[in-house]
Amino acid sequence: MDGEDDGVLRVVVLFPELLGTYGDAGNGLVLAQRARRRGTECELVSVGLHDPLPDADIYLLGGGEDGPQRLACDLLARSSFAERIGDGVHVVAVCAGLQLLGHSFCVEGDDEYAGLGVVDVVTRRGTTRSVGEMAVDVDGRLLVGFENHGGRTTLGAGVPPLGKMVHGRGNDGAVDGFRTGSIWATYAHGPVLAMNPWFCDEVLSSVLGRTLEPLHGAADLLYAQRCAVLSPRSRA
Amino acid sequence: MANGSSRVLRGAGFTSSKHRESAADGTCRVLQRSELIGGGKRTLAVSVKSVSKGHSFREDLAVMAVRGVNWMSRATGRGAGTVAGGRVGLWIDPDLLAKLARGRTIVLVSGTNGKTTTTALCAAGWGGDVATNVTGSNMPPGHVAALVGSTSERVVLEADEAWLANVVRATSPRVVVLLNLSRDQLDRASEVRQMAERWHQCLAAPENAQLVVVANANDPLVAYAATASSNVRWCDVATSWMADARSCPRCTLPLEHSDNDWHCSCGFAKPSTLAATLDGVLHVGSEQAELDLSIPGDFNRGNAALAATALAELGVGLGGAVARMNTLSGVAGRFTLRRWGRHTLRLLLAKNPAGFDALLSTVDQGDSDVWVAINAQIADGRDPSWLYDVAFERLRGHRVWCLGERRLDLATRLDYADVDYEIVDDVTSLPVSAAPVEMLANYTAFSEWMARTTAC
Ligand SMILES: [Zn+2]
Repeated sequence: MDGEDDGVLRVVVLFPELLGTYGDAGNGLVLAQRARRRGTECELVSVGLHDPLPDADIYLLGGGEDGPQRLACDLLARSSFAERIGDGVHVVAVCAGLQLLGHSFCVEGDDEYAGLGVVDVVTRRGTTRSVGEMAVDVDGRLLVGFENHGGRTTLGAGVPPLGKMVHGRGNDGAVDGFRTGSIWATYAHGPVLAMNPWFCDEVLSSVLGRTLEPLHGAADLLYAQRCAVLSPRSRA
Repeated sequence: MANGSSRVLRGAGFTSSKHRESAADGTCRVLQRSELIGGGKRTLAVSVKSVSKGHSFREDLAVMAVRGVNWMSRATGRGAGTVAGGRVGLWIDPDLLAKLARGRTIVLVSGTNGKTTTTALCAAGWGGDVATNVTGSNMPPGHVAALVGSTSERVVLEADEAWLANVVRATSPRVVVLLNLSRDQLDRASEVRQMAERWHQCLAAPENAQLVVVANANDPLVAYAATASSNVRWCDVATSWMADARSCPRCTLPLEHSDNDWHCSCGFAKPSTLAATLDGVLHVGSEQAELDLSIPGDFNRGNAALAATALAELGVGLGGAVARMNTLSGVAGRFTLRRWGRHTLRLLLAKNPAGFDALLSTVDQGDSDVWVAINAQIADGRDPSWLYDVAFERLRGHRVWCLGERRLDLATRLDYADVDYEIVDDVTSLPVSAAPVEMLANYTAFSEWMARTTAC
């Protein structure tokens, strides 16, 4: 873990009041619970609009409407968030959270609002909104979720996507999100870590720096069901 | 031009630009002529043309059609007969809603949650014969059906949030009650701040300067919409759901919330001139009364306060209105006990996080079994992500039976909330419990269980 070395995993949800339109705060809960159930003590912290940015092992960014997205971006720009990313802190970013990590994104009244610029990514306005279930092939495993956004995200030359689209649009119809050293980003909004237990554990394993014993629960049944609905074979 | 398509939309208050705007967000698909009556487009079009000279005749024909279609729809068991007839009526006479509304005293009720209950409370409190769309058909075809179904001078209609501006334009209401705005079915509805903006523009229109707005002062999004009017009666009622109003609806800066108060550094703040307050006792103007509702929940006390304020505006005395509201025991199957085989259950409708939040605060106090049914049909919203916005942690200590098409999404949510859950693949296996079961269901699941159960 990168945070204070007291054995406590610190999961920090950034501005759930702004970036939590689609139940995105659920990602923090799921991450914390899956850590606790492996015996790791865990602190789940929500950062409010007036709070200073706390130390963390992992920061979570959710989705939000235009005004709140702009405000969240401004608040983060004034904080030490970018430095912490430079230091290698882990981040899971979803939808609006994904967009504000890039150089620019579009919101109502502004087609090129400056983002944090910590990843070489640009988001422009798409011609249509993408709303619906999505599925992404991430190194041979399926990531399932729901997307609802109007952005088209273009990755810089050195930025690999999280995975290839199987169903839905993601960044541009071909690929979804991005994956840098310590950042996972996807358009699968809301509780993507709840829908995809393997993905949550991959993140958790990376943060904790160890392999994790399996954990069984309702999430496995849910994941199997959504895969059955969304996998390329069942849709063929 | 009796048949011109441009008239279809304008008549009931749908201008063609509204038409496009509404259709774009998918919430309120404006009815095309061909849709209104399915395959019968050509035949009816011809017959209308031949009789379109006299306006009143057209109206009479439309009214007859509403009655006829609704009667057939009920007789053939194909529906409750509130929407089909209304659609045909509006197709024949696009001005039908405006014509039916003329000369009546109309109250409109809108908001994300509590529309149906507040409409019923308002109708009950008014007393006597009141025309109302109690079945919750809250778009123009449902309004037409309600006004054809009753000639009463007194009218209370609930209006879908996205349709409010259209219905205001068509019906010229005396009072508009604005309850709350929160996230709801985000995959198909506009984002909630856009909805507040649309309400704001509607109320800012000069032609609406006369109507009285009764508004919840504790909901910043409602307050933003209502400040567009100079005729607002602010009601101070408890509002627990604030997650959609953390940033200022006027300027997007963070809103400061403190106990029963909120303000922004831009100057936008909770209105201080209050027409109604609700602590132990309900105060409206100079009158006061004891609210002792038969339906449960603090949120319904708030709904009653707003309804009473609207009625005070129409000269209805507070004491009588509240006494009549207190006797209302159920609304369209909600809140009352229902029977299903050997099971007895109280069926509660919750369509979104704020609705669940309000109901969980009553359910978690008892020790009943709790059944929760979640679907994700189009009418529910296809995306069940909102389950993570609901504080299901409140149900710790209860056992929750997970039903509906998205029971696995619910079970996963409960699992992470450390709530005991049971996934029910076969409803006939549900155990019979001694005490009535509390059943929470979202929209289509609620309809299914209404159909499956009977009144006790
Ligand atoms: Zn402000």
